[in-house]
Amino acid sequence: MHAYANPTRFLAIARPLTPWLLGLGTVLLLAGAWAGLAVVPGEAKQGETARILYVHVPAAWLGMGGWTALAVSGLVQLVWRHPLAGIAARAIAVPGMLFTALCLATGSIWGKPTWGTWWEWDGRMTSMLVLLFLYAGFIALTMGDTGGNGGQRQGGSLSRGAAVYALVGAINIPIINRSVVWWNSLHQGPSITVRGSSIDGALLWPLGLTLLGFSFLFGAIVLMRMRRIIADNRVAARLRRLADDEGSGV
Amino acid sequence: MKAKHQRLILALVALVGVAGAGVLAASALRDEAAYFRTPTEVAAGAAATGEAMRLGGMVASGSLQRQPDGLTIRFVATDGEASVPVEYKGIVPDLFAEDSGMIADGRMRADGVFVADRILAKHDERYVPPQMSHPPKTGKATPAA
Repeated sequence: MHAYANPTRFLAIARPLTPWLLGLGTVLLLAGAWAGLAVVPGEAKQGETARILYVHVPAAWLGMGGWTALAVSGLVQLVWRHPLAGIAARAIAVPGMLFTALCLATGSIWGKPTWGTWWEWDGRMTSMLVLLFLYAGFIALTMGDTGGNGGQRQGGSLSRGAAVYALVGAINIPIINRSVVWWNSLHQGPSITVRGSSIDGALLWPLGLTLLGFSFLFGAIVLMRMRRIIADNRVAARLRRLADDEGSGV
Repeated sequence: MKAKHQRLILALVALVGVAGAGVLAASALRDEAAYFRTPTEVAAGAAATGEAMRLGGMVASGSLQRQPDGLTIRFVATDGEASVPVEYKGIVPDLFAEDSGMIADGRMRADGVFVADRILAKHDERYVPPQMSHPPKTGKATPAA
């Protein structure tokens, strides 16, 4: 694992991997959208509105998975001080927040015709909104975190505060997951558990396509953002060296 | 002991502490964070007459009656153990039906009827294609399942 913590080695893998993830993700997502919209029937009670689950469920899982990865990155940063961990955390935060927002928006659009309301303060919705705010807080924390020299902190690493924030925020992930089990809620219980799925197989399979497709796109976005942060760091380092050379040359 | 091992242990201990605090807080919220009360809780005296509350339950099979004015409905909300009669005047969501979950905002009247001023339909976690009908759930029917 240490071998891949080196930015140069990381780039050697990330560069060829990015277009594959991007291409495969787009193809799977288009196939899933076509299957979900045109191939499978509407649900027995909800009719056509149930189709939104092919976007809503992957968005929810990626929003939560994104913070899990963010917390692991924070831990690796705190304990092993790998510069790549901080870069990964910075790269994950924006798509993670985007998918959390997508989950909340699609849920709201589905809630109006199904439940009869756009928004209720039940456990699931409230804890998911908290996740959105956690992402916003992390982005704000790391954005202003320039290390005082105009560039990002040395090598893109996180401040200790931001890494601890990522770890503490992870408490919300099991709360979101269990919210519909612990508390009476408007949101239905889990459909897909380790014991199986209460979504009939005839309606379930497009979800596999969109879930993989969105995940690959998420991965591609994270790799692209990591490459950009590494490139920014190299530019900043080179400019510093140039400035030092000029200073000593005069 | 190497510094990074110290940091790992410190981080893990802190993580366990924070997770424990989170679980404690969540379990303390168990009743406060409930979105609605069940008919069993109402039968046990959870609802004072006239107090604003939210009632959740299944619409009992065969209990839904539309009144002659065309707007008022009456039905029985049940969780399989206790049941509460409900009266509501207004438009219900499309998914509101017998043997389905519903959540009503309102208050208990002195005669033991829950008068709702808003009704939401609750969908359950089962998704089936139209050819298959929703079979009634076996066992204890609760909308929180």
